[in-house]
Order: sequence, then C-alpha cells, then structure tokens
Amino acid sequence: MSKALPSLKAPPNTRLWRYGGWSLLYSPRALVVGTVLAMLMVVTAALVLTLGKMDIGPGHVLAVLLGKGDGGLHDHIILNIRLPRVLTALFVGVALGISGAVFQSVSRNALGSPDVIGFTTGAATGALAQIILSGPDPLCIAMAAVVGGVLTAVAVYALARQGGVVGSYRLILTGIGVGAVLTALNGLMLVRGDLDDAVMANLWLAGSLHARTWDHVWPVMIGTALLVPVVLAGASALRMIEMGDDIASQLGIRVERVRLTMIFAAVVLAALAVGAAGPIAFVALAAPQLAARLCRGTGLPVLSAGLMGSVLLLAADLLTQSLPLAVSVPIGRMTGIVGGIYLIWLLTRSRQL
Amino acid sequence: MGAAIFTHSIGPKQSQQEVVPRALRARRRYWGLALCAVLLAALAAASVFIGTRSIPPRVTVQAIIAFDPANSEHLLVWHLRLPRALLGIVVGCALGVAGAIMQALTRNPLADPGILGVNAGATLAIVAAIAFFDIIDVSGYLWFGLAGAALAGVAVYLLGGIRQGLNPVRLVLAGSALSVVLLALTQIITVNSNEQVFDQFRHWVVGSLQGRGFDVLLPTAVLTALALGASIALARMLDALALGHDSGKALGASPRVVWIASALIVIVLAGTATAAAGPISFIGLTAPHVARFVVGPDHRWLLPFSMAFSALMVVGADILGRLVGHPGEVAVGIMVALIGGPFFIVLVQRWRMVRL
Repeated sequence: MSKALPSLKAPPNTRLWRYGGWSLLYSPRALVVGTVLAMLMVVTAALVLTLGKMDIGPGHVLAVLLGKGDGGLHDHIILNIRLPRVLTALFVGVALGISGAVFQSVSRNALGSPDVIGFTTGAATGALAQIILSGPDPLCIAMAAVVGGVLTAVAVYALARQGGVVGSYRLILTGIGVGAVLTALNGLMLVRGDLDDAVMANLWLAGSLHARTWDHVWPVMIGTALLVPVVLAGASALRMIEMGDDIASQLGIRVERVRLTMIFAAVVLAALAVGAAGPIAFVALAAPQLAARLCRGTGLPVLSAGLMGSVLLLAADLLTQSLPLAVSVPIGRMTGIVGGIYLIWLLTRSRQL
Repeated sequence: MGAAIFTHSIGPKQSQQEVVPRALRARRRYWGLALCAVLLAALAAASVFIGTRSIPPRVTVQAIIAFDPANSEHLLVWHLRLPRALLGIVVGCALGVAGAIMQALTRNPLADPGILGVNAGATLAIVAAIAFFDIIDVSGYLWFGLAGAALAGVAVYLLGGIRQGLNPVRLVLAGSALSVVLLALTQIITVNSNEQVFDQFRHWVVGSLQGRGFDVLLPTAVLTALALGASIALARMLDALALGHDSGKALGASPRVVWIASALIVIVLAGTATAAAGPISFIGLTAPHVARFVVGPDHRWLLPFSMAFSALMVVGADILGRLVGHPGEVAVGIMVALIGGPFFIVLVQRWRMVRL
C-alpha cells in the first residue's frame, strides 16, 4: 500500500529537470524524435527549394536565402516562387498535424481529425458554392472555404451543446450528422452544376501548392506561430480530459473551457491550412498517430505531430516534383498516398500499436 | 441464460430504463419488426407507382399481373421501377447490417462499412472501368465494383493484422489508410482523364438507384441474402465478444472465428451494395445508432432492427428524391443524408444515445 502514496519521482520514460524553484518534466525520447523530425523538415525543405524547371544548385540557393544573391532571375524564382511554396507546405503541415492531434484527443478516437466536427466538409461546401454559384477566383475560393469550415465547426459545437456542456460523444455524433448533410449538398452541387465548373471544383478538392505567393504564406505562418503556444499550454489538461470529464474536473481542470479553447485553436489551424493549400488529405489523421508511436510518450504529441505533419507534406511535394510521372498528381492526393502507405507499412511492421 | 447477463452488463444506461419483463419485451419487439416489414412493403409498392413519368396506377397494376411486352409503360414498370424498388430494399438491408457489425467489431461508434476500405476499393475499380475500359452501363460497373471492394477488404484485413492478434484500432487505421490511398488514386484518374469520365463518375459517386435493372438486382440480392443469413448466426457471438476478448472467449466465442466471419460478411454486404448503388455512406453509420436507441445493444435484436430501419430509409429517400427533383431526380445517396442528417442531429440532442 505504501506505493500508493504520491511520489515526486518522474513517471516512466520521462525525466525531471530542476533549477532552483523551477522544474520541467520532459521525455528524452520525445526530445530526440523532435530534433530528428526538425532536421528532416529542414533538409526536405532545402531539397524542395532546389527542385524546379530551372536548375539552381544548393550553394546558389543558400546564397540567395542569405541575401547574397545577384538580384537576377534566380533570386526572383527562389524568393518569390519556390520559397512561398515551401513555406506554405511547411506551415500547412504543422497546422494540420497539431489540429489533428487536438481533435484525436478531444474525440478520444484514433479516427479524429478536423473532419470530426465537419470542418473539412464545410470548407469544401464553401469552396464549391463559390466555384459553382459564383466564379473560380482563387482568393475568393480560399475565403469561402475558410468561412464555410469555421461556420460548420461553430454550428456543430452549438448543436452539440446542452446545458453548457459538450460531451465528446455527442460532439462526434453531431459532427457526423452535419457532415453528412454537407457532403450531400456537395454531391448535389457537383452533380447539378455545369460540367466545367464541376471539373474545376474537383481540381480544388484535390488540394494544391501551385502558384503560391507570399499572400498565401503570411496568414498560415503568423496564425500557426500564435496558436502553437496556446495548444501547448492546454495540452496536459486536454490529456487529462481524455480520462473522462468527471475525473478531469476532480483534478481541478475546467473541462469545458479547456475543450472550447483547444477546439477553437484546432479549427483555426485547420482553416488556415485549407485557405492556403485547399484540402490536404490524411496529414491531420496520420501525423499525430505517427508522432505518438515514435515518441511512445504519455503526453499529447503537439510539437512532434506538427513537425511530422510538415515533414509529410514536404516529402509529398518533393515526390510530386521529382518523380518522372506522365500524369499530374495533386499534392493533396500525394499526401494521401505517401502517408497512407507509410502508415500501412508501420502497421505491418510493428507488433503493438 | 447468457443473454440476460449481456444486456444488463453492457450499458450502464440500461439500468435507468423502465424494467419490462423479458417475454413482454420480446413480444413488443417482434411486433415492432412486423410493423417495419409492413411499412417497408407499403413504401416499396409506392416506389413502383411513383416515378419521373406519371403512369396511371391501373396500368402499373396491369403491368405486374398481366405484363405486355409491347406496352412501353409496362416495360418501364417491369424493367426499371420494380427492380429499383427491390434493389432499394436489398441495398438498405445490406448497409444497415454491415454497419451494425462493423461498429460491434471495432467497438467504434464512428465505424461504417466503408472503414474496411470497401467503398474506396469499389470506387477506384469503377473509375478505372470508366476511364480505361470505356464501360458506361451500370450492370458493367457492378462486377468491377465487387472485385474492387473484395480486394480492398481482404487487403485491409491482412494489413490490419489477423496474424499479429486482433486489435480493433489497428484494423480501423489500416482501413482508413488504404481508403485514403485508393481515393487519392481515384482522384488522380479523374483529374487526368477527359471530362466525360468525370461526368459519369460524379453521377455514380453520389449513390443512386437510377437505371438499375434485374441484371443488377439478381446478383446483388443473392449475395446479400447469403451474407445476411450468415450474420444471424453471428449475432450471439458478437454479444459475447462485446464484453471484451477474454470474457468473450470464456463464454465460448472464439474471437478469431468471429472476426474472420464478420469481416467476410461486411465485405460481401457493403461491397455488393456499393457496387450496385454507389457509395451511400450515411446509412450504415446511422441506422445502427437509431436501432440501438430503440432496442439496446443486444445484437440478436440490433441486427434485424438496423436492417429494417436502413431499408426503410433507403426506399423512402429514393421515393422522395424522385418527388423533390421532379421532373428529374435527386440521387438516393444525397436524399438519405439530407433527410437523415437533421433527423440524426435531433435524435442526438433529444435523447441519450445508447453507447457501444
């Protein structure tokens, strides 16, 4: 029975770092995984920068990035065409990975993603309505997608709220209902719409990193930078809510407030991603799962999920650009293929999940 | 009897409901099923009488009892409306039962038959049939869809690791991973093909019963009937397994046998339905929730009620789709979600759902 007494020792797989009155609990494994992922991210980003129709060597790319370019055509290509594309991919990946991690925790479900509360479907509804009812202007489509996604998330949350409480289970089921209605509307627009518009919509639905400019980069970059600390601050509380609302509130956590803040942050992250690159498949679903498996930790893998997301997206972009394919492969589908095959490979290799 | 233990130990909510003697409850439920059957028959009949082209009821009856091959209205009733109504029932039954089994198997309320990758497999096979083999009629799609669904289902089952022990999370992850890959390939094909391919594909992918004749109905009905028969035998074992693998084993249900059998059944049911009518995703997901709300988690009741509810939903939505979209029609997959979605949301708000 003496073991039941509260102990000040660190839980398994973690270390406690103390300095005077300060202490920090960290997991060495997560630290290593995070570092490796960050390095991978930088390397892939650098590789993608050297790819393209015009052959520019790595040394030259580095020189331009450090501001030592000659101000010629190469500078323009790297700074205004390739860099925005790479940064869009990077931050969209981070945003999706973290957003997925939060939703998987909130829904207590390995299938959780922003789509659980209908976000992605709502974003598609917004974009389709813009394309089919109005016109295919890229910025308008991005705005419509963001508005559609956020409105849907708000509607699901409001519908699932009862007596000031939103249970995880009711949130999921409401999300299914709303998502189904919106999917049906999307289908209706695709079937009833003009064929040319429908083809256009199909292209948007595939997700793209083509022709990204700094206008695409800034919102997702700044938004992600602001929201990551918010999610990090709430991560351990969210982890405890997974044990059940009652237990978490006994442990002194304001369950509803934490959950609302985290869902809000995750929805905004997903919205920023959709606005910048359209719907990107699978990153939000796979990145947190992969990160959690690599870290083997007990905490919510916020940072590693974000890094994993951006590695996945950049690797997919690297593949689409370097493979000598006769067909065009939209980036949003390439992530699906890469992430999907990777997850399957992982499943067949590891005995435990 | 074992069954009494199961129904009381699964859901804590169960104890809050009024206590009804078992015999009385069983009688009520038999009447409930009979009522569903009558309703279904009525809806199916209505489905034969209602259509884009208005045919007098007298002619419709004549077409069925005294068929005249020279009469175009008789041909329409006999070759399109009748198989369509029957196919609605068959597809509905298949999807409802497949969904209920899938949710029991994975113990995941989000599970629908599509999770085994079956829908994605059928979708990819059919888009390939349209793009590469220039197949344009639905009865041609059917066999491609079936093959695709079966391959995908078997692949997920092997990848999800029957060899490494049975783990629901693993199966779910393998299924969604493979689905994403297959759907990505589907979209790559549509993006790179000409507009006609996408035009055909968009009409299939929303889920429709339009233009399906006896050549689609017969194989679908035979396969579905076989799988439904097998699922009845499975119900009691699913109950035992719902208590967890170890307790299930102790009660005489071999997890491995149940898993292999139910996965096969789901692949056949969902694969056939999808190949015949396109992916109608919402039904398999929600019909079991509604049924669980009515009869609780006992699978010997849950399976038949899921079947009845989902068949009612499909046939009803198909009729409404033709009324709403007149003179054209709104595909049944769209109608199901448009009506079922709000209904489902209200249900979630009003009542406590019985958890898995």
